[in-house]
Amino acid sequence: MIEFEDLEKTYVMGDEIVRALAGVSLRIERGESVAVIGPSGSGKSSLMNILGGLDRPTSGRYLFEDEDVSRFDDNQLASFRNRRIGFVFQSFQLLPRLSALENVELPMVYAGIPRDERRDRAEVLLERVGLGNRMGHRPTQMSGGQQQRVAIARSLANQPDLLLADEPTGALDSQTGQDVLTLFKSLNAEGLTLVIVTHDLEVAAETRRRVSFRDGLIVSNDQRSGS
Amino acid sequence: MKPIDLVRFAAGAIIAHPMRSALTSLGVVIGVAAVVMMTSIGLGAQQMVTSAIDGLGSNLLIVTPGASRGPGGGFVSQGAGTGQSLSDDDASAIGAQIENVAAVAPTVRGGAQLSADGANWNSRVEGVTPDYLLARDLTIESGRMFDDREARQGRKVAVIGKTVATELFGEADPVGRRLRVGTVPFEIVGVLASKGQSGFGQDQDDIVLGPLQAVRSRIVGRRVRGDNVQTIFIKAATSDDLDRVQEDVINLMRERHRIRPGGEDDFNVQNMASIMAAMTASIKTFTGLLAAVAAVSLLVGGIGIMNIMLVAVTERTREIGLRMAVGAQRSWVLYQFALEAVVLSFAGGVIGLLLGVGGAFLMAALAGWPMAIASWAAPVALGFSMLVGLVFGAYPAWRAAQLDPIEALRRE
Repeated sequence: MIEFEDLEKTYVMGDEIVRALAGVSLRIERGESVAVIGPSGSGKSSLMNILGGLDRPTSGRYLFEDEDVSRFDDNQLASFRNRRIGFVFQSFQLLPRLSALENVELPMVYAGIPRDERRDRAEVLLERVGLGNRMGHRPTQMSGGQQQRVAIARSLANQPDLLLADEPTGALDSQTGQDVLTLFKSLNAEGLTLVIVTHDLEVAAETRRRVSFRDGLIVSNDQRSGS
Repeated sequence: MKPIDLVRFAAGAIIAHPMRSALTSLGVVIGVAAVVMMTSIGLGAQQMVTSAIDGLGSNLLIVTPGASRGPGGGFVSQGAGTGQSLSDDDASAIGAQIENVAAVAPTVRGGAQLSADGANWNSRVEGVTPDYLLARDLTIESGRMFDDREARQGRKVAVIGKTVATELFGEADPVGRRLRVGTVPFEIVGVLASKGQSGFGQDQDDIVLGPLQAVRSRIVGRRVRGDNVQTIFIKAATSDDLDRVQEDVINLMRERHRIRPGGEDDFNVQNMASIMAAMTASIKTFTGLLAAVAAVSLLVGGIGIMNIMLVAVTERTREIGLRMAVGAQRSWVLYQFALEAVVLSFAGGVIGLLLGVGGAFLMAALAGWPMAIASWAAPVALGFSMLVGLVFGAYPAWRAAQLDPIEALRRE
C-alpha cells in the first residue's frame, strides 16, 4: 500500500544543511502494524510528517496506493490527509472550545459531510472508543486517557487507510497507555493499517514489525512472526 | 467543506470570547455611530435652515436700510431696520419700474400692548400693504385682508395671527371684534392661517397686521419719520428671476438715492435663495468635516480588529495546525479568519448604526431640530463596516493560512 523509494529530506538550519532522511526505502502493506523507533534526531519524525502528508520529501518517491504523494500540491495534500490518514498525537491536539462530539466531527466538516450524518457518525465512533457518556464534554473536563480516545475517534472519522500515531502513550500513565494500545490493536485486527512512531520499546513490542532509525537511515527492519 | 460550516466556526470563535469580541467591535461601533450621528446632525441643521428661510416666503428679496455687513451680519440686520433711507416711493418705484416682480410690500413694525375684552397680550405689530400676504406666502383663515381703499382712507382695521387670536379671544371668533393696539382701537377683519414656529424659534402666529399708514403714524410713532419704511419685501415672479430682479433693484435704488458710482449703498438687498445656498454649502462642508473625523475612528476600529485578529492567530496556532492536519485547505483557514473579522466588524456596524440613529434622535429632541437620517446612512455604514473587517482581517487571515502545520502543531 505504501512505498518509499530512496526518500531524502534535507533542511537548511542557518549555515548548516541537515539530512533528516538520507535515502530511505520502505514498503508497508495494507493491514500491517508497524512501529517506527529511534532516538530523537534519527529522522523518524520527518518520516512521519512525509508519511502523513504534512510535508514533502526533498527527493525520492512516496507512493500511496500507486499515487505519487510527493508530487501533490497543498490542496491535494490537505485532501489526502483528510481522507486517507488518521492522526493521533502525543498531546492529543483536541480543540479546547469544542465538545468531544464536535472534535470528532471536525475532519468530516472538511470532507463536506452534512451535519446530521457527521453527528451520527461521531456518536458511533465515540461509542466505539468507550466514551458514549462523554459526548458533550470538553477536553478540559476529561482525563488524558479519555482525551486520547476522543482523538482516536477523530482519527477514524473519515475511515482512513492509515492510522498514524506519534508517541500516542507519551502523555499517559502506563495503565491508560495500555488501554490505548489495546484499542489500536483491535482496530488493526479489523484491518486498519497502523504506524506508531515512538522511542518507547514497550510500545514498539505491541506491533508486529519494527523499523529502527538512526541518522536518517533504517538500521533494522524486523518482522516478528505471530504476535 | 460547506460555507455554512465556515460561518459556524467563525461564530463559535466569536461567542467563545464574548467580552473580547465586544471590545474588539467597540472601535467599529463608535466609528459607525459617530459617522451616522454627525451626518444626521448636519442634515438636520440643513433642513432647519431651509425651513427657516422658506418660512420667510419663497423667491423673496428683502430690502433694508443701511449698508451690507456681509452675509452673516446682513442676515441679522433685517430685524433691526432702524435706518431711514427707504420710503413708500421707493417701494412704488420698484413695483412700477422693475419687471418680473410679483409683489412689493413696504413694511414698518413695532411692539405694542394689545387688549380686548379685558384680556392682555404683547405682540409685534406690522404696518403692511395688502400685497404683504402674497410676498410672505401668508393666507387668511377666516375673515379677509384689508384692501387698498381702506388703507388709503386710514381705516383702523387689522388682521391678527393665530396666537394673538387665542390669547385674546380663546375659542371665540375674533372677526368683527375690537382690539386696542396700545391706545388705538382697531377692528379685526381677518385671522391668518397658522404658520407655526419659524426655523429661528420665533412664533410666526404672534403678530398683528395693520395698514401701513395707520400703523406708522399711530403705533410705531417717532421711530419712523414721514413716509419712511423699515423693510421692503419683494417677491420675484419665479426663482429664475431672482438674481435679475435683485440687480435691477440695486440699480434703481442707487439711482433714486443718488449714489455715485463707487459710492457705498445706503440700503441692503438680501436674496433669500443665495443666503440659503451659502448656509447650506457651509453646513455641508462642516458635516463633511465632522464625518471625516468620525471616519478616522472607524479606521482606528479597523486597526483594533487587525490587532486582535493577529493575537488570535498567534494564540490559536495549534488549532490552525490541527485543522490543517485533519484536512483544512489553506484557503479554508484564510476564509475562517477573514470571516471572523468581517462578522466582528459587521456586528459592530449594526450596533453602531442603532446607537447612531438613537443618538441622532436624542440630539434632535434636545436641540429641537428636525430629525433627519440620510437615506444612505444604513447601507453605507453597514457596507463600510464589512469593508473594514475585510481589509483589516485580510492580513491576519493570510498569516494564519501561511502557517506550516508541522511547526504549528509543535507550538505550545
